[in-house]
Amino acid sequence: MSKYQKVAYYPGCALEGTAHAYNRSTKVLGGALGLELDEVKNWNCCGAMEVKNVDPKVQTYLSSRVMSIAANEMGASVVMAPCNGCYHNLKKAEHDLAHDAGSREVVDRISKKAGHPTYRAGQVETIHALDWIKDGVGEDELRRRVRNSLKGLKVANYYGCMYTRPRHIFPEKDQGPGSESTSKPHFMDDLLAAAGAENVDFPLKTACCGGAHTLSDSDTSTKLVLNILRAAEAAGADVIATECPTCHSGLEMHQVRAEKVLGQKTKVKMLYFTQLLGIALGLSPRKLGVHENVSDGLQLLKEKDLV
Amino acid sequence: MQQAESVLEEWLRARGETPTAETSEGFRLLALHRQGARGSPSFNACRETCREIAYHYNLLAGSPGDRQFREKMMGLLVEHLKLFVRGKLEVEGLGEFCCSSRPLRLESGAQETETPHG
Repeated sequence: MSKYQKVAYYPGCALEGTAHAYNRSTKVLGGALGLELDEVKNWNCCGAMEVKNVDPKVQTYLSSRVMSIAANEMGASVVMAPCNGCYHNLKKAEHDLAHDAGSREVVDRISKKAGHPTYRAGQVETIHALDWIKDGVGEDELRRRVRNSLKGLKVANYYGCMYTRPRHIFPEKDQGPGSESTSKPHFMDDLLAAAGAENVDFPLKTACCGGAHTLSDSDTSTKLVLNILRAAEAAGADVIATECPTCHSGLEMHQVRAEKVLGQKTKVKMLYFTQLLGIALGLSPRKLGVHENVSDGLQLLKEKDLV
Repeated sequence: MQQAESVLEEWLRARGETPTAETSEGFRLLALHRQGARGSPSFNACRETCREIAYHYNLLAGSPGDRQFREKMMGLLVEHLKLFVRGKLEVEGLGEFCCSSRPLRLESGAQETETPHG
C-alpha cells in the first residue's frame, strides 16, 4: 500500500471559497481512486502572501501549526495540500525550520504561547495533490481505471510559479527519472496523458499569471493572463489544466476582463486537473463541480463527447 | 532574442546596474537573467521564461520545419517576459507586493519600502 493512500488533508482557504470546485473534485477523485483524506482539524491560514509580507517568521509559524496538528494530534506522516500557495508555504516552513535557528526560536515561542506542541522539521512530509495521485495511484493504475478516455482533448498543462519555486525548498524534485522537474514540470502532463488526453507543447507552463498584483495592478495581470491564454490557443489547446486555485481564478477572471476591458476574446477553457481526471473515470461533471467554474468547461466537454 | 535581452537590460539599468556582456550556457539572455535576479529572488519567476526563449531559439536554428509555430511561440514568450518585467518595475515603484498589507504599514507609520516577494 502506498504511503499516500491515507493523508492528512489541508485544503486551505481558497478551496473553501473561489476554488470550491477544486476541493470538491479532489475529494470525489480521491474517493473514486480509493485514496483517503483526513482533514487537518482546526486548520488555519498558511500565512499566504499577506502575512509573509509583514513577517516571514510568523508565516513559518502559521504553516508549522498546521503540520503540528497533523503530526502531533492526528498522528499523520503526510500532509497533502492541493493549493500551490499552501503547498509552497508548508514546504518553505519545513525548510526554514530545518535550516534557520531564528525561525525555530520564533515558532517554539509562539507555539508555547498558543499551547500546542512545537512542530519539528521532518515530522511530516508535505505533498501536492499531483504527488498524491501520481505516487498514490500511478499512471498504470489510472490508465486501467479510465472509463471515459480524454482522447481528442488537447490540453495545455499550467503549473504556475509556486509549485516549483524556489528550488531549494523542494529537495525531492530534480532527482532524476521519476521525480518532478522544477524547470519543466510534468506530473500533471503524465497523469492526463494516462487518462487519454493529448498534451500540447506549451512553453508558459510555469510562467507568472500575475496573481501577485491582481489587485494593485490589474491591467498587467490581465495582459499576462491574456498572453498565457493566447499561447495555449496557439499551441492548439482546447483546455488549460490547472492545479493552483490562484492561477485558475486568475485565468478565469482575467479572461473575462481581457474581453471586457481590452476587447480581446479567447476561447480556451480552464478545468482543474482533478476535474479532468474525474471525467476520465466516468464521474459526473456536477459531482466534480464543473458548473462552479466561471469558464464554461461543460460546453467543451459536450462538444468532445465526454459527457 | 535581442528584444528579450533588451527587456532584461531595462530591468538592470532601472536598478542602477550595467548589463553584463557575458554569456551563460551560450546565451547572454541567461547571464542577464542571473544578474537581474541577484538580490531579488522573486525575479527568478521569469527564469523558465528566459530558458524557454533560449530553447526555442535553439529549436528555430535546429528544425526550420516548424519555423512559423516556433516564431509565434517565441514572440509570446518575449511578450510575457516584457509584461512580467514591466509589472515588476511598477510594483517596485509602488513598494508593495500586495495592497492588502498597505493599511497595516501606513497605520504603523512605516515607510513604504520594497518588500520581499513570495
